[in-house]
Amino acid sequence: MSDTPNVVTGDFEAPTTEPPSQPETADSAAAEARREIHDMWVAGTEEPAWMRSYTNEGAQEMLEAESDPALEIHRGTTVTDDFIVEEPADDDELQILNMGPQHPSTHGVLRLHLELDGETIRRVKPIIGYLHTGMEKTAETLTYMQGSTNVTRMDYLSPFHMELAFSLAVESLLGAEIPERGQAIRVLLTELNRVSSHLVWAATQGTDLGAVSMMIYGFRDREYILQFFEKVTGLRMNHNFIRPGGVAADLPDGWEEDVDEIIEKVSRGVSEYEELFNGNPIFRDRTIGVGVITPEECKALGVSGPIARASGIKWDLRKAFPYSGIDKYEFEVPTGKHGDVWDRYLVRIEEVKQSLGIVRQVLETMPAGDYRTLDRKVTPPPRKRIDESMEALIHHFKLFTSGFKVPAGETYQAVESPRGELGMYIVSDGRERPWRMHARTPSFNHVQALPTMMTDSLVADIVATIASCDPVLGDVDR
Amino acid sequence: MAHRSGPSGFLLTTYESAINWTRTRSMWAATFGLACCAIEMMATGAAHNDLARFGMEVFRASPRQADLMVVAGRVSQKMAPVLRQVYDQMSEPKWVISMGACASSGGMFNNYALVQGVDEVVPVDVYVPGCPPGPQSLLHGILTLQDKVMSGEITR
Amino acid sequence: MSALESLADAYPDLVFEHVLDPPQSVAHVPADAYLDFVANARAAGFDVFVDLCGVDYLRRDPRFEVVVNLLSYDPPARLRIRVGVAADDPVLPTLTETFPGANFYEREAFDLFGIVFAGHPDLTRIVLPDDWEGHPLRKDYSVGSVPVRFKESPKAQ
Repeated sequence: MSDTPNVVTGDFEAPTTEPPSQPETADSAAAEARREIHDMWVAGTEEPAWMRSYTNEGAQEMLEAESDPALEIHRGTTVTDDFIVEEPADDDELQILNMGPQHPSTHGVLRLHLELDGETIRRVKPIIGYLHTGMEKTAETLTYMQGSTNVTRMDYLSPFHMELAFSLAVESLLGAEIPERGQAIRVLLTELNRVSSHLVWAATQGTDLGAVSMMIYGFRDREYILQFFEKVTGLRMNHNFIRPGGVAADLPDGWEEDVDEIIEKVSRGVSEYEELFNGNPIFRDRTIGVGVITPEECKALGVSGPIARASGIKWDLRKAFPYSGIDKYEFEVPTGKHGDVWDRYLVRIEEVKQSLGIVRQVLETMPAGDYRTLDRKVTPPPRKRIDESMEALIHHFKLFTSGFKVPAGETYQAVESPRGELGMYIVSDGRERPWRMHARTPSFNHVQALPTMMTDSLVADIVATIASCDPVLGDVDR
Repeated sequence: MAHRSGPSGFLLTTYESAINWTRTRSMWAATFGLACCAIEMMATGAAHNDLARFGMEVFRASPRQADLMVVAGRVSQKMAPVLRQVYDQMSEPKWVISMGACASSGGMFNNYALVQGVDEVVPVDVYVPGCPPGPQSLLHGILTLQDKVMSGEITR
Repeated sequence: MSALESLADAYPDLVFEHVLDPPQSVAHVPADAYLDFVANARAAGFDVFVDLCGVDYLRRDPRFEVVVNLLSYDPPARLRIRVGVAADDPVLPTLTETFPGANFYEREAFDLFGIVFAGHPDLTRIVLPDDWEGHPLRKDYSVGSVPVRFKESPKAQ
């Protein structure tokens, strides 16, 4: 990686920062500078028509039917239902329905533009960005030490996975080795996190299909896991616990009993859900054959995780590219056949059981030792040394104020989050802040695949399909 | 609220405090979940914390039926007009709780994309700190709001 | 023959880097061969679209870079394609014909970096409002932070 031609080399000056965009200073020099940036890519070229139109209000909304080349890509899902009208309707009979961004069953601030022909959805366009937080820009201003604080807020249902992906990427640039206990703690926390995330999915899937009691059950069982997280990390969500170099602290005393209790309670809960759902005619009718996506469409659209597995792709990053020593534990990768909402339900429920199995194995085989690397470049000196040595105190202070330097290079590291492939692409220029951090988030692809799943199905299936994708909008918009 | 209870089961009070009391006891929240805090808001409504104790378990999807907007999460520049519109659609009297650091001040994301505090868009009655605030914090925020309404501090 | 070997046979001049941790291959592809290369990679077995993002290297020529990640399920292999994009003419052909999944990612790269994907069916802003000016993830766009004011601080008065 050392003699790569394209790796950032040379000494960069800090980019000249203009004052932040303030609409009221339209006539000032700052506005002029912004105008220049804006014109940079159109300068000297004939401005094409579509460029002129992209600033129009509503440019992100659905295109006119005849000018929509993406339409053919999104079609192709066959759903058999008696109610679906086969003949395309006249334009006069189509109506546009706007769903969201503030809607109870879009799981956040997702907005869908629907073109309806009676009860049948003809076209869908997801409009996103209502939760755009600029995290990729913020990441460039934070040190690697602070970086996991930032990324953990992206996918707020699986914060540990975000932190793990970020830490693995930084560690692969650093070449750091994590001790076995640190890795086992990571596996323990991420797998528990997978369970808690799937419990929220079960809760919302149930609620959206009318089983409101499922909401109460799901959050009840999730609370046990969150209480354990709070005991370990100090926070219920957004933990900033898995950091480059290991984890922030060792597990608290008595964690074995807590985990044991969680496994027992959640296993009991899961069998309750199965009892509630499996034979439930309403749930079956509303999920079987709904929101179908084929394996080919999954590959082309980058759909991963439980949705791809439900359509029959036997693929799990934990098996294919094992990380954090997860290949030491035995687990199965469940797959479905039909790629519909029902199969996704079965796959996720099975994943919860498999994750609990991994947690049980970690519980039984937790190795002793250090929970973080002893590389003093990355890890602060132990508390005891700070009391004794001035150098250790300075070292500690330097590490937390200016961070550590990471060798120049770029890396892509992916983990299997509850939603699918969660990748972190980091470009380092050899300083203590990333030059560029990009998160490849699974929900982004899943929202993109919504038209494929929904086209030519019924309006009532929208909520079932969205809920089965389990999108987290913080994950989509970042 | 009881100023004087009479001998035969009568309760004497002022008209105003009776109105305030009824308002505090059935505050219906609009679902305005945005980010991480929304999950904690849902957890507050769920079994362990049980918002139903305050007569608040009915989260209304329609702003027309809601009295309280809990802005749970970070408000982006793109979302701000939507938020204001939802607020405008709510019927009086209405209150706003700004839940979490991001909604209150932009939190750790001081950048181009976020509105630095939802109070730039709508008037806020109670700020709940935390990132995200736990259910207990939100409950405390709700109790604080009820106290403020009860005491007539907020009059609209 | 693995997907990578057959792809390397088709492009004898191209240098592939092999990164061990995590195992993946990196190909630096010139902009004019980009579309062909991705189509060939797909035909060779890298048929899963994973990621597309822009990077702004500011003082380097070419200034921008578009990074595409592809995946092969069987055998498990990753391929990262890096394409330089010039600052004065930031245009690349779109991948949506080969991989429909590139649609949103290209819109995102356009929105945040101003890289234009020629032939894209619907190249509009995706995460920012329609009337936004500039492309925030460019290095010459400031973070846009506002100074924090505290009520009691002398500055606020």
